[in-house]
Amino acid sequence: MTTQAAAQPATPQQAGGGTGLDPAVRLDLYETMVLSRTYEEAILREYHADKGPGFDIGKGLIPGEMHLSAGQEPVAAGVCAHLTTDDAVTATHRPHHFAVAHGVDLRRMTAEIFGREDGLGRGRGGHMHLFDPDTHFSCSGIIAEGYPPALGQAFAFHRQGTDRIAVAVTGEGAANQGAFHESLNLAARWSLPVVFVVEDNDWGISVPRTASTSVASNADRAAAYGIPGERIEGNDVEGVYDAARRAVARARAGEGPSLIEVHTLRLWGHFEGDAQGYRLDLEDAPSHDPIPRYETRLREAGVLDDETVTRIRSAASERTEDAIAFAKNSPVPDPASATSYVFA
Amino acid sequence: MTITETPTTPTPHSRRLTTSKAIVEAIAFEMERDPSVFYLGEDVGSYGGIFGSTGGLLDRFGKDRVIDTPISETAFIGLGIGAAVEGMRPIVELMFADFMGVCLDQIYNHMAKIHFESGGNVKVPMVLTMAAGGGYSDGAQHSQCLWGTFAHLPGMKVVVPSSPADAKGLMTAAIRDDNPVVYLFHKGVMGLPWMAKNPRSNDAVPDGDYETPIGKANVVRSGSDVTVVTISLSVHHALDVAERLADDGIDVEVLDLRSLVPLDREAILASVAKTGRLVVVDEDYLSFGMSGEVVATIAEHDPTLLKRPAERVAVPDVPIPYAHALEYAVLPRQDRIEAAVRRVVAG
Repeated sequence: MTTQAAAQPATPQQAGGGTGLDPAVRLDLYETMVLSRTYEEAILREYHADKGPGFDIGKGLIPGEMHLSAGQEPVAAGVCAHLTTDDAVTATHRPHHFAVAHGVDLRRMTAEIFGREDGLGRGRGGHMHLFDPDTHFSCSGIIAEGYPPALGQAFAFHRQGTDRIAVAVTGEGAANQGAFHESLNLAARWSLPVVFVVEDNDWGISVPRTASTSVASNADRAAAYGIPGERIEGNDVEGVYDAARRAVARARAGEGPSLIEVHTLRLWGHFEGDAQGYRLDLEDAPSHDPIPRYETRLREAGVLDDETVTRIRSAASERTEDAIAFAKNSPVPDPASATSYVFA
Repeated sequence: MTITETPTTPTPHSRRLTTSKAIVEAIAFEMERDPSVFYLGEDVGSYGGIFGSTGGLLDRFGKDRVIDTPISETAFIGLGIGAAVEGMRPIVELMFADFMGVCLDQIYNHMAKIHFESGGNVKVPMVLTMAAGGGYSDGAQHSQCLWGTFAHLPGMKVVVPSSPADAKGLMTAAIRDDNPVVYLFHKGVMGLPWMAKNPRSNDAVPDGDYETPIGKANVVRSGSDVTVVTISLSVHHALDVAERLADDGIDVEVLDLRSLVPLDREAILASVAKTGRLVVVDEDYLSFGMSGEVVATIAEHDPTLLKRPAERVAVPDVPIPYAHALEYAVLPRQDRIEAAVRRVVAG
């Protein structure tokens, strides 16, 4: 522990809460996290496969910046467990775990990441700009600016007489942006059915939270807007699940927004190719990986055994490889169509 | 508030309305017709819009559909975007175009790009209204037009009406459009009771429901000697100049573009092909804007259409000054337009 910003990982004992959860729910949470990780490991493999010699970010089957969410799976799994695809999720530039957990079609998402015609955006969006009207999923490459449109989705759902809600995700670095504060204020004042989720992975690219943020917990900032704020330590999926249950219920009941901050873990770099020379907490980061930790916990609770783990992992691999194959087989968009879809 | 000066051309199917009343009429009609339309912005409720864009709507449609927001443009413009994505048709007012900077990310990175980034799978049918323009000593942060900036950024239509009739028809078209439409109203054309009266800002407006197509320019005055291509309040100034020059035997054609995006390049080419002379008048900044785009349209298509070099009358790349004399020196008003027209017809 050499920097103040370094993760303060909870031990499994600390990472309590939700011990009374239904085993089926616990398995689902585990399964979602495994699928997300398996998926991103495959994206990682494909991303680096043809970047060389050396590392050319613009080369390869997956060009451009790539922000992977490995380590942050508990946030998406715990929150999305309470949602249906009628609810909206607005994720960040690091969106895959939320897309996976919210049920975005893996094939079309992967095709988009590969820049193919069958992608969610026909190759116009890329991995930071995924839009799926079927699951009301979107994400934004601009820090904090995904929050305001989420308010509008919540507004529309409420006006349409439904109990659908919007979940808006940012990182902890985004909590210092104006859009974050404007959105909390407006959503609170209008009692919009929004759950604000802050993923505190300790790092805004290379700047630690302690160097950027005036409060220890962004959950405290919720109080400034008169809404509940809750911080979950330990990157604990069941803790997230519990907090999200309360926040989602409150939003669905028309009682307005809540904020959940999860102290999570950016297991890999800000982007692929980030050597993370600034980061002094990496040495023990793998031991805080939430997936093996949760697996151990579930095994100890008798919820998981070898056979189930194998089944879940191979199902995740199958779905992932199917999606990758689909993407690779999808045509590259016709360059002549580059100017299409500017206007409806 | 309606100014009831002598109607010039009263017909059974039109009345004289100020531009602001005409805009409100279009919005009210669409709100009546389509329950998904709502209006959102600062002081749009009981105040009726600082520039009269929502007068009376609150009484008629209630606070659930005519909604006062906090002074929080990023949040409420973004809210409009999200609501539009989910099937509503918001009209969101940014009080002054000058304030675009505090919320530009929502406008150009989100509102304008979502349709494209989604490969056409997500539509953002919203109207973003705002007041533009100077001429009343409101200073450098409250007098800009900036429509060229919006027009430069892809993914949004940019509409700038000049007359009450067009203001109504273009607003109707904007609300019904499946794309984001930036609808700029120049304060000087609204017919506001607390500003210098422009006689053309109180004019005949057809009854009932009609659309003025977005992207189709209008020859507001036909002429044979010189084409003045312009937009919004400058249309009125150009017409003043045309009337004055008619006495000197100079026949000016005035083309009101009505929208910058889409830009009716065919109308520009057709008019210049007829007159052979071009003056572009733009109350926005001179460089990298509408005036350059219009001249480039000729240059790229057929520079030989011009018998004389084109003239541009715009704000000479300076912030809008406060003092009346300084402001009038940089705005493209009648004196500068007349001088430019006389120069191009002299050769």
